[in-house]
Amino acid sequence: MIPALLALSILTFAASAPVLAMLRRNPRAASRLGPATAVAGCIPGIVAAILTLAGAGPASATASWSVPSGGLSIGMDALSALFAIPVLIVSALAAIYSRGYLRHAESEGRSTAPFWAWYDLLAGGMLLVTVARNALLFLLGWEVMALASFLLVMFDAHDPRVRRAGWIYLVATHIGTACILGLFAILGHAGSLEFDRLALPAAFPAGIAFVLAFVGFGTKAGFVPLHVWLPEAHPAAPSGVSAVMSGVMIKTGIYGLLRFLMILGTPPAWWGWVLLAAGVTSGVVGVLSALAQHDLKRLLAYHSVENIGIIAIGLGLGLLGISLGIPAMAFLGFAGGLLHVVNHAVFKSLLFMGAGSVLERTGTRDIDHLGGLSKRMPATSLCFMTGSMAICGLPPFNGFLSELLIYLAAFAGLSATAARVPAGSTAGLLATGGLALIGGLALACFTKAFGTVFLGEPRTPHAAGAREVDASMRTPMIILAAACLCIGLAGPAAAPVIGPVVDSVLAGFGCTVSTGTAHDALGALSAASVASAAILLLAASVFAARSAILRNRRTSTAPTWGCGFASPAPSMQYTASSFADPIVGLFGAIVRRRRRFEEPAGLFPASTEFSTDTPDVYQEKLYKPVFSAFERAFSGFRVIQHGRLNLYVLYIAAALFALLLWKL
Amino acid sequence: MTAMLDTVLVALILSNFVLLGSSRLSSCIRTAALQGIMAGLLPLATAGAGLSLRIVALGLAVVALKGFVFPHLLNRALRESATSREVQPFVGYTPSLLAGLLALAASFWLDGRLALPTHSASSILVPVSFSLMFTGIFLLVARRTAVNQVLGYIVLENGIYAFSLAVVRDIPFLVELGVLMDMFVAVFVMGIAIYRINSEFDHIDSDRLSTLKG
Repeated sequence: MIPALLALSILTFAASAPVLAMLRRNPRAASRLGPATAVAGCIPGIVAAILTLAGAGPASATASWSVPSGGLSIGMDALSALFAIPVLIVSALAAIYSRGYLRHAESEGRSTAPFWAWYDLLAGGMLLVTVARNALLFLLGWEVMALASFLLVMFDAHDPRVRRAGWIYLVATHIGTACILGLFAILGHAGSLEFDRLALPAAFPAGIAFVLAFVGFGTKAGFVPLHVWLPEAHPAAPSGVSAVMSGVMIKTGIYGLLRFLMILGTPPAWWGWVLLAAGVTSGVVGVLSALAQHDLKRLLAYHSVENIGIIAIGLGLGLLGISLGIPAMAFLGFAGGLLHVVNHAVFKSLLFMGAGSVLERTGTRDIDHLGGLSKRMPATSLCFMTGSMAICGLPPFNGFLSELLIYLAAFAGLSATAARVPAGSTAGLLATGGLALIGGLALACFTKAFGTVFLGEPRTPHAAGAREVDASMRTPMIILAAACLCIGLAGPAAAPVIGPVVDSVLAGFGCTVSTGTAHDALGALSAASVASAAILLLAASVFAARSAILRNRRTSTAPTWGCGFASPAPSMQYTASSFADPIVGLFGAIVRRRRRFEEPAGLFPASTEFSTDTPDVYQEKLYKPVFSAFERAFSGFRVIQHGRLNLYVLYIAAALFALLLWKL
Repeated sequence: MTAMLDTVLVALILSNFVLLGSSRLSSCIRTAALQGIMAGLLPLATAGAGLSLRIVALGLAVVALKGFVFPHLLNRALRESATSREVQPFVGYTPSLLAGLLALAASFWLDGRLALPTHSASSILVPVSFSLMFTGIFLLVARRTAVNQVLGYIVLENGIYAFSLAVVRDIPFLVELGVLMDMFVAVFVMGIAIYRINSEFDHIDSDRLSTLKG
């Protein structure tokens, strides 16, 4: 039943893509059929995943495939279901959103048929990755996903910046794939590539396989310093695609890492340390880089790096819990990391849709050109604020719950110290400190982003003339914002869902946890939800009290930050750069900001100019030198690639003669 | 019969040297045509008593194509492209002749080393075929104009043809037709390519095409 539903879902995507590709000349039909097939493809998969999580248990099916060592094995267990649900729900909502978002492109006479064909392939590829039970099938899904998303990023390929971003993404994703290929070659040494027969060769160092998995899947997930493609590709893609890529596609990296670490067996402690260190680094570097950005979508892309870091902290604590023998830390770490996967999918796609709506209505992504949009786009503004609070981990929204679980995992490590392991306390301290720093900086960053974009007065005519987006774009955002609140309030209900998933992961690592730990976690979630409900109630009562006090009184309105000036102007407002400047300056060792400042000179200065930009340190200092070195090394081969046909013939003839003489 | 065969073979070797040493494209085309006619006559000479209608038809087809159709096409390409009538070699004529001599020596040495099971009436058929192949490759590599490279390809094919005659003896009809067909298409395509290159760039100097590389 469940495999049949999955197959139906994948086949719907696979079959509709070529049909859509053929509708190039009929954009009207494509723009209707595209979202319809995307949503129709998602529904059976969502049903299958919900049935699995509701207690149907793992199921799988196999069909033969004529490809050597390939097999059409698909299956769904708790872990797959947990990743498939956000993948499919976000894909469906982003498809509805993109229908509205692409009207602009359609009005310019561009056909959206290719977009929808690639979109269906992307959704199908992601589903296949989460349900494949054969390494070759997994790779097929992985590559379909990578190529489809590359082509979607290139949707606006007439812009050279978009083309550059697309190529960076393509190179990055294939470096990752190369590592995954190596991993599969090692694990499949026995000849079969079915997941349940994959195993390390005897006496093979598991560390090499771990590094391959970490780099291969970490590139997709976006761990620092493998993250450089995210801040390039996510802003360049159409916003609905950014929502899918940033919200759920990068999570397939987390899924792959977990799935294959389980195959590699009991983790040594250093795997956990590597993940924890990568998590803290990604989190801090991600959020600081985000803080220094002016481009709203680039800012959100760096926040994806940050949130992947938070997830990695959770998983790192989980692995350390297993290898150090602290079951509570293992359970809570995995629970927090996995719940954050779901939560981040919800609020990050919401935020990208919000940013996309702003972009669609104002035509700019530059934060410093916006302002005052909360009066002009109230629904978008409210949704974006919900997402901002959720991503900062503030109650009563969902981000709070998952970060709380990771904090609890860190505390479990700290409190286990006295009895047994000092390493646990080190990990706990590292995670606690890292999370606290990340949380504080994220709050500063979203105060900046939300405040500059939606509050105050419009800084440019584009922002002043913005209107609310239409229903097809609004509805997905409202659904996601509601989901943020519902998950945040439904803490006790989340535990029975996430608990079995974590149990299956722990069982995969050969570790069992007493039910007491799960009970404690449930208690913490319940308390958090009660607190969240109390906060909501408090906020509502304060609002009611305000209305009651103001009733029957005269109120007057004035421009925001007017400050009693005779003629306040929008340029008096704080800009995003000036808001972030003290914090970015404080962390100058991690983010390098470039300033260009032409100082006013003379008694009557004619023109002055000030601007800042923040290039990615890793791209500038790590990848550019490495890739230029490669280019220099390989440019030596241009000597033999000179374009003279007759000398090419000579090469061939010489090679043939050499072979002849060798065998003579 | 052997005497006649040997005469043809020696004439083939001599035609190689003419191709290597002549400086005018039109004389090269004529020599290649003559070489093609002699190659076409080879099966008639080797067949001896077993001469059949099939072998005669095949020989005549080869003679017709290599002796008359290809030279005609090449001459036309040469005329229409209004190019230089010079061969314009990368390697000079004297070194080319020396290389031809070396190739001939290498062919005889190679024949001795390989000890192929030949069915041929003449002992020098295999070395001659090697020498034709080497000369063809040399012309492909060492000459500048596209017409000359086509000629090199034809000489190379003559060598392959002679070699298959020596080793297989009874060439399957279809295989031979296939080879001829390939040749025909190759010359046709090259003729068109030469014409196109000429009309785009005002020359058919394949060396100068290297400016097109990325």
